[in-house]
Amino acid sequence: MQTVDNIKPCFPLFNEDEYQAVLEKKRTHEERVSPEKAAETFAWTTTKEYQDLNFARQALTINAAKACQPLGGALCGLGFEKTMVYIHGSQGCVAYFRTYFNRHFKEPIAFIADSMTEDAAVFGGQKNVHEGLQNATKLYDAKMIAVCTTCIAEVIGDDLGAFIGNARKEGYVDKDFPIPYANTPSFVGSHITGWDNMFEGIMRYFTLNEMEGKAPGQNGKINIVPGFETYLGNYRVIKRYMKEMGVDYTYLCDPDEVLDTPATGEYEMYAGGTTIEEVKDAPNAITTFMLQSTTLEKTKKYIEGTWNHEIPKLSIPMGVEWTDEFLLKVSEATGKAIPASITKERGRLIDMMTDSHQWLHGKKMAVFGDPDFVMGLVKFMLELGIEPTHIVCNNSNKRWEKAMKKMLEDSPYGIHAKLYPGCDLWHLRSLCFTDKPDFIVGSSYGKFIQRDTLYKGPEFEVPLIRLGFPIFDRHHLHRMTTLGYEGGMYILTTLTNAVLERLDDQTKMLGKTDYNFDLVR
Amino acid sequence: MGLLNREEAEALIQEVLEVYPEKAKKDRAKHLMVNDKKLESAKKCITSNRKSVPGVMTQRGCAYAGAKGGVWGPFKDIIDISHGPIGCGQYSRGGRRNYYSGIAGVDSFCDLMFSSDFQEKDIVFGGDKKLAKLIDEVESLFPLSKAISVQSECPIGLIGDDIEAVSKKKAAEIGKTIVPVRCEGFRGVSQSLGHHISNDAIRDWVISNRDGKLDAGTPYDVAILGDYNIGGDAWASRILLEEMGLNVVAQWSGDGTIAEIENTPKAKLNLLHCYRSMNYIARHMEEKYGIPWLEYNFFGPTKIAESLREIASHFDDKIKEGAERVIAKYQPAMDAIIAKYKPRLQGKKVMLYVGGLRPRHTVGAYEDLGMEVVGAGYEFAHNDDYDRTIKELKDATLIYDDATGYELEEFVRQVKPDLVGSGIKEKYAFHKMGVPFRQMHSWDYSGPYHGYDGFAVFARDMDMTVNNPCWSMFKAPWQKPAEEPEAKAA
Repeated sequence: MQTVDNIKPCFPLFNEDEYQAVLEKKRTHEERVSPEKAAETFAWTTTKEYQDLNFARQALTINAAKACQPLGGALCGLGFEKTMVYIHGSQGCVAYFRTYFNRHFKEPIAFIADSMTEDAAVFGGQKNVHEGLQNATKLYDAKMIAVCTTCIAEVIGDDLGAFIGNARKEGYVDKDFPIPYANTPSFVGSHITGWDNMFEGIMRYFTLNEMEGKAPGQNGKINIVPGFETYLGNYRVIKRYMKEMGVDYTYLCDPDEVLDTPATGEYEMYAGGTTIEEVKDAPNAITTFMLQSTTLEKTKKYIEGTWNHEIPKLSIPMGVEWTDEFLLKVSEATGKAIPASITKERGRLIDMMTDSHQWLHGKKMAVFGDPDFVMGLVKFMLELGIEPTHIVCNNSNKRWEKAMKKMLEDSPYGIHAKLYPGCDLWHLRSLCFTDKPDFIVGSSYGKFIQRDTLYKGPEFEVPLIRLGFPIFDRHHLHRMTTLGYEGGMYILTTLTNAVLERLDDQTKMLGKTDYNFDLVR
Repeated sequence: MGLLNREEAEALIQEVLEVYPEKAKKDRAKHLMVNDKKLESAKKCITSNRKSVPGVMTQRGCAYAGAKGGVWGPFKDIIDISHGPIGCGQYSRGGRRNYYSGIAGVDSFCDLMFSSDFQEKDIVFGGDKKLAKLIDEVESLFPLSKAISVQSECPIGLIGDDIEAVSKKKAAEIGKTIVPVRCEGFRGVSQSLGHHISNDAIRDWVISNRDGKLDAGTPYDVAILGDYNIGGDAWASRILLEEMGLNVVAQWSGDGTIAEIENTPKAKLNLLHCYRSMNYIARHMEEKYGIPWLEYNFFGPTKIAESLREIASHFDDKIKEGAERVIAKYQPAMDAIIAKYKPRLQGKKVMLYVGGLRPRHTVGAYEDLGMEVVGAGYEFAHNDDYDRTIKELKDATLIYDDATGYELEEFVRQVKPDLVGSGIKEKYAFHKMGVPFRQMHSWDYSGPYHGYDGFAVFARDMDMTVNNPCWSMFKAPWQKPAEEPEAKAA
């Protein structure tokens, strides 16, 4: 029972005896199996035998580590100036996309649905597009509406281009109002694919028929394409490097303002973002740097094919070597030198690596997440002397697999790592029991593996280190940086301190494990 | 700003409608009203449960959300398969805070997600074979699950899959209940049809499983319907019912089990908290088993005491005395909480926009704290919900149905409440505006809010949010008053 001076929320309220008694009594109505049977079954789920069954799955996904295309399409749309993301399809999807990003960014997310219902499923969604575009332009004062689709529109085969064309013809929306679009079927690829499709759609819309007089190098800039990127610091660190190098650049898709607006007393739906003019001018850049190169196939094809850019072959600029390579390539493409300030920053990262190596060397870490992110993270781990063990990528592709294999084979720290392309977090759960790593590194979804492994016993617990997307259960980590040397500093700090926290946890039993509970580490 | 009078409230609605194109304006006008307590029925003044206008930024979800997330997800020993592409299952995982007690992945499955992760070939060739195989895989990996539900995502109904046939066949094979749920996201206009479809599915596939085999039970058997155990709500309710001498045989669906569903027909009274999402099955049980049902309200001590007495009135003196004993036991603690928090919250104005129940059900709890609800609306209520709402609210209160992002912001800008209670999609826009905000779906990661213990948490939470110092710091000292944003003083 509550007392006014000590009001208890769910925890620890339900730990009290009176509630434990309520739960105990409730059990008599539940017809649950006996605690012994449950314990026995739990133990079985931790075995190699269970793992084999688990890996024999062909139809069932359990605890996915990926989302669907329009989520990525929507994030891409957010990165353009005064752009309203408009999703043609069921409204529930859009509520989910908004919610998903609200929870990660702790920011308002404005996306619009055109609310297809049963009649639209029968007769097609053209009416929804017409009315929806008319209302959206009237209500939300956008400069651009970026349209992508949910699976209902894709399954019934709505012709988005024709619908938008007709909306113009019939006066629902101004003839010249910019409405780029992309098909983003949820049953193909993942959110990463959706980002690629929407991005290509926006580039195509503004440049395909306006290539006359445009040629690589004319504006003296470089383009930067982030891909599905949820660390705000990553947008900022690349911009800072460009500024320090004196490189003129265009960030093609730049949501770092709209996803980080200040509390002023007014809600601004739009902030920052790449302008339409910048997009139109993008073919005139010297070249285009794609920060997540293994997952932007459609974009790459379009930029190479239509803009005639020779896209530098680079991996995601995470860790030391791949950041070096990125900067060198930028320098090579632009003729601008890498300034002393960046060299100093690199030196500081290396200094931190020398300081912390003893806590990281030989640590075994399982990793899961999106393809390029995981690749960059693993690359940096190898540079730190960490041994990645189980590498799970639910939305991988063949190119990723090939590149990962090569990278792991080339490093003494990678040779024992195993790749699990297309696998989910229930697979990873099994692996964490049968071949225990020291840590799991990934999104908030990993916390359930930590809990389950702890249930087996404290010595089996695999703590989660939160790096990736989504992070719902810790605040403000999305503002951090994982790219460049600065990103290396954040990742290194996060990993090192997780190791030290863990060591403190294990050595803080007074009179029992006082040794190694050190003031100085 | 003071309260709006009727004319001002009506003028505000007109002003907000001005920006819409003609057709949308006509439609939206029907969903906005100013409360008039004299009305017998809401029907003439507000339209609800209609299609959302395309392109206006509705806050609503879909039938799948109402079915999988709303009704089915909280039953702990049923494995819910999100059948279709990967997104729906992923987005609906773990956000609702419907608590359960059990061993996850062994005998309880609330915080796992199960998906058939449809690929293009499944769309082209159909997913029935995949579903059949998937059920075998579920069975081999989770032998202690008690039942399976198949939650249809949009494509299922469009490609002509026969999930009913697969469910029947596989249920016979594995000897467990398998419930096909036709909750494709395009059905209906909101989460609400998903609730209805789920109630019907329980009616058709589960509730009568033990007909003729149930014992008579005790004269004090009751079931809790429409409590999803958000932040432990159902536990904080159950404790009171048991303390007054009732025997709670089932919880629907928070922390519930399939056995509890099947045993519900022996209840002597069904207690319905969320009317919107579970009135259908309550009515069915009334018709089929003759079980009366009663709506109750466990938000705030005033309503709790009323409800306990009304529940007790259906039973003998033992229970009536039990109710009085419970009320007397908790009253001093409630008095102390009100004595502490009411002076801090007295006169504060609240605007609510939630699902289908709370905008009316929490009014009493706010009033217990001296607060006043000046605007209320629902994402997916029906006319019968508005009938009930009119009576709970003061005259001239703004009422909005399926409000758009634009309308909510405008209403709040003009009415300037001291607190907004709504969902995660609304939350951060109001943070930017400097308006204290509580999530009223998930209890903002707190709770429980039901029951006497829950009210203590509710009072604490409203106070911490309304009176936190952060709302007074919006303006930097060097910002001129002329540019002053409308920050709220604490």
